[in-house]
Amino acid sequence: MAGSRLSFSPSVDLKKEKPDEMVTSGVLASLQNFLRKCLIAVLSYGPMPRHIAFIMDGNRRYAKFRSIQQGAGHRVGFSALIANLLYCYEMGVKYITVYAFSIDNFKRDPSEVQSLMQLMEEKINELLENRSVINKVNCKINFWGNLDLLCEPVRVAAQKLMASTAGNTGIVLSVCMPYNSTSEIVNAVNEVCSERREMLQREHAGYGNGHAAKNGAHSEISVADLDQHMYSAGCPDPDIVIRTSGETRLSNFLLWQTTFSHLQNPDPLWPEFSFRHLVWSILQYQRAYPYLEQNRNLAKKQM
Amino acid sequence: MDSKAMEAFVASQAPIFLNQAPPHMSRPWIILKLILGLLWGIIHLAISLFNLWSLLIYNLECYLISSGLLWKYRYLNLDRLKSLAIVVDSKEAKNTMKIRQLLCWLSTMGVKYICLYDIEGVLKKSFEPAMKGSRDGKAGEYLGIGASISHSSHKDLVVECISGSDGKEGIAKAANLLCSTYLNGDTHGNGKREPAFTEADMASSLKAVGCGGPEPDLLLMYGPARCHLGFPAWRLRYTEIMHMGPLKSMKYGAIVKALYNFSKKYQNYGK
Repeated sequence: MAGSRLSFSPSVDLKKEKPDEMVTSGVLASLQNFLRKCLIAVLSYGPMPRHIAFIMDGNRRYAKFRSIQQGAGHRVGFSALIANLLYCYEMGVKYITVYAFSIDNFKRDPSEVQSLMQLMEEKINELLENRSVINKVNCKINFWGNLDLLCEPVRVAAQKLMASTAGNTGIVLSVCMPYNSTSEIVNAVNEVCSERREMLQREHAGYGNGHAAKNGAHSEISVADLDQHMYSAGCPDPDIVIRTSGETRLSNFLLWQTTFSHLQNPDPLWPEFSFRHLVWSILQYQRAYPYLEQNRNLAKKQM
Repeated sequence: MDSKAMEAFVASQAPIFLNQAPPHMSRPWIILKLILGLLWGIIHLAISLFNLWSLLIYNLECYLISSGLLWKYRYLNLDRLKSLAIVVDSKEAKNTMKIRQLLCWLSTMGVKYICLYDIEGVLKKSFEPAMKGSRDGKAGEYLGIGASISHSSHKDLVVECISGSDGKEGIAKAANLLCSTYLNGDTHGNGKREPAFTEADMASSLKAVGCGGPEPDLLLMYGPARCHLGFPAWRLRYTEIMHMGPLKSMKYGAIVKALYNFSKKYQNYGK
């Protein structure tokens, strides 16, 4: 496991650090790293989540409280995302899903939507050029959502990033943008219908094993059929869903996949969400784990 | 959080870790694991003590609220609360007396529509006879609400019981309906246009299979952990979810506090 030499905190811009400060900060950073690793070792004694989902709420409020521009709030939010990605990697979390942009967010002010799109394009291109973060955690990046709703440059950049990281086997980061759980379900229904139609067409044309095709095309659609066509197919259900800034709703995020997920809503805003909040979140999960696991096993037995 | 279940879990994990020790460095490995386990146990013990203290303060606050001493909880503005959902852990749902009491309290507070949910369908079985008899609107009498409550408030209350089969399986049924209508509607075989269902189509299909219903504004979760346990996805989009703790220790003051917090919430709906 690659130890991270640098502690990622949104308030530190490493390019602007003076050389003479780097020595002391290097020693401090090493101490921080060591303590962090010890804490992670203790935490790992208990059950650790495999998949954490984040609803990154609070960027605009962060900007407002600090009297900075809204765009800057989202930028700090992006740094927080990378920092948490690295912390989760250190903790052994294999899958991370983040709610970057909802289809409902298109209702916002057009200038705000455009600046968000520009920020996403910029950050995706940055990740494509400077692959240090991706390579450090061997990250595979997915984009879940209706990509057709995005403008051309962002969509092309996202597809390029997906293609270039498709072969990576480390942590899996799924960015939901632009995403709605209900539109994901409708998309799955459309795909299943389309599949059935093809099976029927093949049947009419006389191809394939008639008996098997008949069963497939005319059998009832099951929950498992829909599961296979969700964006999250192949990914386990989230163990924890964290919505920052204290809001208690899911806002149309992963409603299908969160049957037994531990829902948490810590008070800090997303740019403030750091290592200690993540540790607290995992401790809460460990306390809820016996109950959730029991229910999950019961549900599996009944299927 | 069930501390007994937690202790059982820790006890079950210790032999697993001991068995996993690599043979060539077993003793130091075991000692290290035991130290980590001890530290982990100490952290969780500290959290349990902290939770106990928080629970005491919470219970005190609930008592003060129900005795009417805290001014801000006296008048609740429930205009935005059109319907409320209650998710109960299936084991606790067998305690029908508590459920009836809960419905009674909510009815006195002025809630008009309550949706009861538990994943295994225990509530459906318990309340089905009452529901069958309530078609003419006498839900209040069937649920045994006392005569001291004013006649009008419980007569208006509508209670709906749903279970896990109305969640994902309900969506699968609706998908099936859409699919069969699509496939049967155009039997020319080739040259059919791609299926392009919208969310509105799905919503009407859900209604047609009996899984439609109002989207609750607030969801109260009674159980050991904060988890929606498969509540129907189409009705959970913008619902505020609040965890109330185990059903056996439910308190009137806690519900008042939850409704008050709900009335203070503000939603952008994405904007």
